[in-house]
Amino acid sequence: MTSTLTPPRKRSALTKGQLPKFAPLVVVAVALVLAAAILALIGFNALGWGILSAILFTIGLVTWSGLVEGSRKAKDKLATCLVVGAFLVALLPLVSVIWTVLVNGIPGLLTPGFLTTSMNGVTGTTDNRSVEEGTRVLGGVYHALLGTIQITVLATVISVPVGLLTAIYLVEYGNDRPLARAITFFVDVMTGIPSIVAGLFAAAFFFAIVGPGTKTGAVAAVALSVLMIPVVVRSSEEMLKIVPNELREASYALGVRKWRTIVRVVIPTAISGIASGVTLAIARVIGETAPILVTAGFATSINNNVFSGWMASLPTFIYTQILNPTSPSNPDPSNQRAWGAALVLIILVMLLNLGARLIARAFAPKAGR
Amino acid sequence: MSKRIDVKDLNVYYGNFLAVEGVNINIEAKSVTAFIGPSGCGKSTFLRTLNRMHEVLPGARVEGEVLLDGDNLYGPGVDPVTVRTQVGMVFQRPNPFPTMSIRDNVLAGVKLNNKKISKGAADALVERSLRGANLWNEVKDRLEKPGSGLSGGQQQRLCIARAIAVEPQVILMDEPCSALDPISTLAIEDLINELKDQYTVVIVTHNMQQAARVSDKTAFFNIAGTGKPGKLIEFGDTHTIFSNPSVKATEDYVSGRFG
Amino acid sequence: MTTNSLTTSQGAGRAGDKVFSGAALAAGCLILAVLFGVALFLVVQALPALVAQPEQIQGGQGFFAYIWPIVIGTLIAAIIALVIATPISIGVALFISHFAPRQLASGLGYVIDLLAAIPSVVYGAWGAAFLAKEISPAYGWLANNLGWIPIFQGPASATGKTILTAGIVLSVMVLPIITSLSREIFLQTPKLHEEAALALGATRWEMIKMAVLPFARPGIISAVMLGLGRALGETMAVALVLSSGVLTASLIQSGNQTIAAEIALNFPEAGGLKVNTLIAAGLVLFVITLAVNMIARWIITRHKEFSGAN
Repeated sequence: MTSTLTPPRKRSALTKGQLPKFAPLVVVAVALVLAAAILALIGFNALGWGILSAILFTIGLVTWSGLVEGSRKAKDKLATCLVVGAFLVALLPLVSVIWTVLVNGIPGLLTPGFLTTSMNGVTGTTDNRSVEEGTRVLGGVYHALLGTIQITVLATVISVPVGLLTAIYLVEYGNDRPLARAITFFVDVMTGIPSIVAGLFAAAFFFAIVGPGTKTGAVAAVALSVLMIPVVVRSSEEMLKIVPNELREASYALGVRKWRTIVRVVIPTAISGIASGVTLAIARVIGETAPILVTAGFATSINNNVFSGWMASLPTFIYTQILNPTSPSNPDPSNQRAWGAALVLIILVMLLNLGARLIARAFAPKAGR
Repeated sequence: MSKRIDVKDLNVYYGNFLAVEGVNINIEAKSVTAFIGPSGCGKSTFLRTLNRMHEVLPGARVEGEVLLDGDNLYGPGVDPVTVRTQVGMVFQRPNPFPTMSIRDNVLAGVKLNNKKISKGAADALVERSLRGANLWNEVKDRLEKPGSGLSGGQQQRLCIARAIAVEPQVILMDEPCSALDPISTLAIEDLINELKDQYTVVIVTHNMQQAARVSDKTAFFNIAGTGKPGKLIEFGDTHTIFSNPSVKATEDYVSGRFG
Repeated sequence: MTTNSLTTSQGAGRAGDKVFSGAALAAGCLILAVLFGVALFLVVQALPALVAQPEQIQGGQGFFAYIWPIVIGTLIAAIIALVIATPISIGVALFISHFAPRQLASGLGYVIDLLAAIPSVVYGAWGAAFLAKEISPAYGWLANNLGWIPIFQGPASATGKTILTAGIVLSVMVLPIITSLSREIFLQTPKLHEEAALALGATRWEMIKMAVLPFARPGIISAVMLGLGRALGETMAVALVLSSGVLTASLIQSGNQTIAAEIALNFPEAGGLKVNTLIAAGLVLFVITLAVNMIARWIITRHKEFSGAN
């Protein structure tokens, strides 16, 4: 391509046969204008403009590069465009989902009493009246929020000890024994259990033990634990593994027993990672719908007892309000409540995710070597 | 305080692999004994059998007897935890507990075992141990700061303070200076000289000058080849080992002809 | 020899060790028991449906006739999801691992992880309320122009609540899974191989083709398999988005059903043998996803032995 024998004069021989630096900018400008022009003929919309511009940009840049720089460079440019394009395409649903939830959810969330009332006494007639008279939508998510919190807390109380102890067994006692390897393998398999199957398991288990048709918050909590335990095991295991062996040895050499070493030295050293892993596990199960649907039933009023009676939760509330509106002839109030609940749920999940990051940072051992 | 150690016909295995064979050695109370020898000759492994720390490594086991003032460490019903409160250990790399302050690091042996101790007694123990490790003056104003904020040499002395706070009879040191700079090394060597007034000290070192400087007696370990077990070749006064050894291999090693 | 002074030890401490290691072991065994229990209880509760007279099962032709259309429907939805998600995920993973500026990479990874954080019911609601509406004109176009292909046969659903929409929503949900696993594999590519390729004068794309992709192939395959496991078992996206019906070849008409959605839609009101039938359907789903996940894990472990990574 380039002759390296000629000494560089004005333009370096090493940059000869390359597109100028401003080439992408030129192509972008041309693509934007061209796409706008084409869309002006068939009807303009922003998304179409973006997509068409991106396609035109790719074609333009790759063709130009192919003409000036040869096919190898052109292929490289094409790959770059496709990869960046894939990333932008992946962002579309994220932005769209968050936007949809915000736009539809804010009216519901801002309705007075939305967070502090349940659906007790709210019937189709109530909704019809509020639509006909244009008054505010009655009913809220208080019972569902309460149910979600109760079920999730119970699931956490079950999962964390079991998950953490299993991780301790794997890291501190397992020594790559067949049993430890079997547990590792089946924990991996367990992460792949479909959530609805976990729900069916809990339901089938309680049907067999307590009696057919047993649906309570506790059954849902067991179902969520099946989903949560493997996540807790995996994250805790990773965290315990990175605790340096030197610390364990230092503790043993002081005449400290193994279990005290684990409880007082190993776990405190890893606590930030473990806590943030647990928080992420909670964030994962708090939005689960299917297992709660088959285990806790639906409730429209507050239930403070996880061990008896049907219980509402935010995800199942969203699901039922959309699928079976309270007033089939006027689904708008139900939709508004569903989106409001979705917004509450997303905020909860995002707070948990953020919390996990903060925990990881706050509890991290200070000033490492 | 301080007890003597007598080792009789000790073999160390990793699984079925014989790592150290037939060691007989008598270590006097209130003395410094250095273990020297080429890498992989089993001196660190042997050191760990003196407080049963080898049991932490999967598959490691021993045959033979180690007597601490006549009591067999491997006798029936002996709890390795009790052994380790009597025989302390300092490791190659300084390893203060990152989640604890300097003060808590010193008190770790007491606190981790949930022993009740009054605040006054704890303060006295912290000061006594840190003074014993020549660290008190450097850290007395920042006892509540994390131990990992200290320099490498200070951390290693903190680890020694932590070991002597348990009030052991014997202190084992596994290449305690190999991760330190020369000045910190000097401070540790001075400390070892002071420690032998109260404790039996056993130190593994790669540095023959260090062995010559700090120890009263020296044991030379060697290995015939890879896959062969390590053996105690010669044990005697440090002066004799370095100036007039009786075995050819020892002479070759201390004069720097191999290893 | 006098009595050994070392044998006097605190008995309480020793017991503590035993209790603690016992508890850890018990927790590990509990997990095995739970997994075994999942299988056992599903089988026990499914048995009545499997042995029942054909006319007692919904549809009146026995369990097999009931289950196979929804198995096929499940597979169709999952395959649509993978066909869409796989190339995009690999692109995104490559972007984060090899194209994006270093300082941005971890932040961008976090953005993709946000996709995984959004609850499935929210995706379902989004798919039903937004995507289905927006995409239905495209279905009309497909039916008019590509209608001769069986999968695009008209008349297109006016609501857009079709298996293709459900598949698209599923693809959004499996995308973060495939992306994060592929990204990890891409980052593990030996630097030596990459530098060797670059030193030969390869462009970035040629380097990726020569060094990164061959190294990562088994990893990508298992990532896709794990994504498949998720897509097969996902419930809400399908239950809310799809307007279900009998097995249909066309992807743009309403119809088809998946196992998970079938269970979610019918279990709450089910009674008697219907409960057993649905649990049996769950058992079938469990077996399918278990097989898919085990194959994926097996590929990963075999790959680990090969590459010497870890």
